[in-house]
Amino acid sequence: MRLGNWLALFVALVLAAEIARLTRQRALRRERWRRFFKHRTTSWGLGILAFLAIVALAAPLVAPFGPGDQLGIVDLRNHPPSWAFVLGTDVLSRDVWSRVAWGARVSLGIGALGALVAVSLGTLVGATAGYYSRWVDALLMRGVDVGLALPRIFILLMAVALWDGLPFAALVLAIGLTSWLGTSRLVRAEVLSLREREFVVAARALGAKTGRVIFRHVLPNAAAPIIVSAALGVGNVLLLEASLSFLGIGVAPPDPSWGSIIAEGASTIYTAPWTILFPGLAISLVVMSLNAVADGLRDALDPREEAA
Amino acid sequence: MTGTEGPALLRVRDLKTYFVTEQGKGTARAVDDVSFDLYPGETLGIVGESGCGKTVTSLSILRLVPEPPGHILPGSVIEFEGRNLLALAAPELRAVRGNQIAMIFQEPMTSLNPVFTVGDQIAEAAIVHQHLSRKAARARAIEMLQLVGIPDPKERVDHYPHQLSGGMRQRVMIAMALVCHPKVLIADEPTTALDVTIQAQILELLDRLQNELGMAVLLITHDLGVVAGHADRVVVMYAGRVVETAPTSGLFEQPTHPYTEGLLAAVPRIDAPRSRLHAIPGQVPAATAWPTGCRFHPRCPYAWDKCVTQEPPQLETGAPGHTARCWLVTEPERRQAKR
Repeated sequence: MRLGNWLALFVALVLAAEIARLTRQRALRRERWRRFFKHRTTSWGLGILAFLAIVALAAPLVAPFGPGDQLGIVDLRNHPPSWAFVLGTDVLSRDVWSRVAWGARVSLGIGALGALVAVSLGTLVGATAGYYSRWVDALLMRGVDVGLALPRIFILLMAVALWDGLPFAALVLAIGLTSWLGTSRLVRAEVLSLREREFVVAARALGAKTGRVIFRHVLPNAAAPIIVSAALGVGNVLLLEASLSFLGIGVAPPDPSWGSIIAEGASTIYTAPWTILFPGLAISLVVMSLNAVADGLRDALDPREEAA
Repeated sequence: MTGTEGPALLRVRDLKTYFVTEQGKGTARAVDDVSFDLYPGETLGIVGESGCGKTVTSLSILRLVPEPPGHILPGSVIEFEGRNLLALAAPELRAVRGNQIAMIFQEPMTSLNPVFTVGDQIAEAAIVHQHLSRKAARARAIEMLQLVGIPDPKERVDHYPHQLSGGMRQRVMIAMALVCHPKVLIADEPTTALDVTIQAQILELLDRLQNELGMAVLLITHDLGVVAGHADRVVVMYAGRVVETAPTSGLFEQPTHPYTEGLLAAVPRIDAPRSRLHAIPGQVPAATAWPTGCRFHPRCPYAWDKCVTQEPPQLETGAPGHTARCWLVTEPERRQAKR
């Protein structure tokens, strides 16, 4: 680590703390967002997520080396953490901190995009099933039942076999397309009850098209559970990506993702535990932070807490 | 206001709206053969107790009855300016909804979308039908808020429904309905959920707007007091049928159908000595099994054997524009005998 890297890291930390503090300060002005910050963990979660996001974006600044740089295959293999290599090096003499920082891009990217695909699709299917009900509902929901009955890893393995090494976009799609089932059930249940509400009839009486009724009147009222499931979904997708990479069918080898770093470090777990400890820690931190934020969102967005 | 001369604006003929109930219980004939006319500029009151088909009638006009389980039977006619609404394709129907015929609902608490500002909701119809820009629509919303008598419209336009009182919300509902200056306003029990002083204000507001905008109002209510003060003509419904149609004054002076008589007798009077309130014995029968003959006969004090077997048609009572579905019209002496 050079001085510049430490400086960049320090700036990232300060920036993340400042983001958490500012959001909190602004939020406290409104009742709803006051509930968001009711738990201390929410602020921490937000800060940690902000920090990791900044690290991902600023990877070239905070990481002293490239993610694939082999620094000295003879004398720098499995080097324990030191001032020069804060998180140590792996069996191929690559700097673990650099790989974790660059890996944040891949892992967080797949997490966010995969969850986006999953939640969008789940919302669309759930809203369609719930609003039209009858045979549309029956058809879509039986489809979801079948989807939930199939083991996801198995489907993904088949996709990988067909593709022969997944490009990033295909991986995101594959993960997104297999993760929307839960969301669709949640949204359907919500829409089923919302469609009977009087303001939906009122919107139809106003001459609004079905699409407008669904997207402007029904779904915004179901926003709370959708947002919460999105926040939790990012964590789930991240874990799925990690397990896929661990199985060797996720992100292709030279590129680092937190899952693939763990996979490659698994063989040296006794001699160089730092190679899997730190990426593992990063995954756990993100998932825990997301859960904390989702909890806060649930409290903040629950209309039952709103004074009428 | 205007009389009943000239062509009707809205003509409802033989309207039948049935609901298929859960297995084995048969079909609920909620609205069964309802006919009435609504003329330009008039207020037509539809009265009847709960479950007699008032709301289903109003929902049928804009085809808002949930299908399934409900369906409007073929042969029913709802003609608006000469076009049968029941035969319109979806886009044409949408062009009528909210634009030519608008509706306000019973519950101002639940009829407004909780996640949008009232301004957005009022502007919606203007954006949908008149393709106004967001900015123009917002100006329009402020104008409408002013029209329905909400103080500080510029500030209120950005408020959410939960920040307004019940009466204010009903005013917002009215503003939403009137934004496109519809020719017909269907008001389904617009004041039931409000307290009495607010009720009076809302009804006065409706009267004023009707005069200013020249629309026809279909006022659905169970409150005869509301009808007396605000309707030009009245349609009395019972068990899915129209049992009596008359100008308001005619109905109150000379109620012909025993059901109407019973309804009027049930209204507490401020100028009479206090006594037990009159009640019509029994309850509205289930819509899956209407009685044979005249549907009111099991509760009717005058009923005789003819009423059990034969249902009377709409009979002219002699007074202009006054019809009743009752055999007493043909045999008035039976009414005297009972008294």
